[in-house]
Amino acid sequence: MAHHVLVPPITEAQARALRVEDTVTLEGILFGIRDANQIALFDRNRTTRFDMRGHAAIHTAPNVRKVPPSPEHPTGYAPVCVGTTTSARMERFTEPLMEQLGVRLIVGKGGLGEPSLAAFGRLGGAYLAIIGGTAALETTWIEAIEDVDLDDLNPESLWKFRVRGFGPLLVAMDSHGGSLYRSVDSKARARRANALSRLGVK
Amino acid sequence: MRIDPAQVEEAARELYIRALKILPPDVKAGFDRLARHETDATAKGVLGTMIRNISVAEQTDNLLCQDTGIPIYNVTIGRGVEFDGAELERAIRRGCERATREYPLRSSVVHPITRKNEHTSCGPGVPPIHIGFSDEPERLVIEMVPKGSGSENNSWLRMAVPAEGVNAIKTFVVDCVLDAGGKTCPPTIVGVGIGGTSDLCVALAKRAATRPLGSACPDPEGAALESSLTEAVNTLGVGPQGLGGDSTAFAVHVEVAATHITMNPVAVNMQCHSARRATAAFTPGGVEYGF
Repeated sequence: MAHHVLVPPITEAQARALRVEDTVTLEGILFGIRDANQIALFDRNRTTRFDMRGHAAIHTAPNVRKVPPSPEHPTGYAPVCVGTTTSARMERFTEPLMEQLGVRLIVGKGGLGEPSLAAFGRLGGAYLAIIGGTAALETTWIEAIEDVDLDDLNPESLWKFRVRGFGPLLVAMDSHGGSLYRSVDSKARARRANALSRLGVK
Repeated sequence: MRIDPAQVEEAARELYIRALKILPPDVKAGFDRLARHETDATAKGVLGTMIRNISVAEQTDNLLCQDTGIPIYNVTIGRGVEFDGAELERAIRRGCERATREYPLRSSVVHPITRKNEHTSCGPGVPPIHIGFSDEPERLVIEMVPKGSGSENNSWLRMAVPAEGVNAIKTFVVDCVLDAGGKTCPPTIVGVGIGGTSDLCVALAKRAATRPLGSACPDPEGAALESSLTEAVNTLGVGPQGLGGDSTAFAVHVEVAATHITMNPVAVNMQCHSARRATAAFTPGGVEYGF
């Protein structure tokens, strides 16, 4: 169980070095992705000017405040509360996100399924679990909203955050076929019969 | 006692922001209880982060979670309270819109077909405003619940039949917890509605999921099911965030209603660990905020 401090963009080798139960702290750039912006990018042929190759992307849509643009807030948005949403809804976007845009790391909560696990293995990537519902803490790791694209989809814009000490995040799915979610789920389903028997269900 | 719509508007605004920032004491106590009993090392760490987040939110005066949810207002009207009902509903809606614009909060509400976001947290039928009554004299209570989507997206209804008995209910609850896995942001409050019509059954599940921890189902059969189901789902090992551990649910809450001789409906609705709610009580003495 190693700890990795990663400053994206990272290489395929760096992504493949991550193993389930390792921990990661991200420094520098983190992109914010979401349902609407991925529908726009992958179903509606919209494009982004961001170069996301080798980068990490988090499943999020933040609370922001409009402010006059300044060196601290170059986009005119100040972060109010930035947290993480349930990843499972966006399962089918993992592969195009990696293949078309070159993203290597997905930060999310609740986990992704088998197609994403296969994409991490084939293309070299990993899923980093953050603790969902702890956005007040997460916000303290956000330095600034550096840029924003597809802002007509606000709050589901494509966000570019600058982060400091973003983590520790738990490697919950890796490029070697390891998934904490799969192992917890199969163990839990194996306990189903016992739980029902406790309830007197024959 | 006459209710001033301007005060209702102000309270509806204040309640949304308060609910998003301060977790009720029963939920904080629930966290402490789970953390004391958790045996899994990863789960202990996850619970520790969640507990830390509660104090960071209070210290930085920030929202607990970025998901501002679907705003829900539950109004309980006591005796001898006078107001214009239509104006009361409009005042709540205005307060909700103002909280969103003025704070500003992320509006998480869109039109279901166009997906257009009006950036007001409001839209057709939203916020839902539920009106109920109590025997308490000269008292009107507004409860505000921001219902996050991670938990709300995991809602189920099964129209079981009498021949399947109570076993169908128990099995359904266990299977819903398994299917939810980490998606609902466990540890959760698992709300179970039993009986009624299909719509009432789902409403009961929501009421159960948003009830304070430590409260019990008024129906003794329902209360007995709460204890046995709470114990059973916490043997599954889903754990906080679905990463494994003992702390899958703070509790299973049950609400019951009578049903038809041919029916055996069961619904499940979950509340995530950020089990947010806030209340404002209107009395002749003024407005008092609580949980």
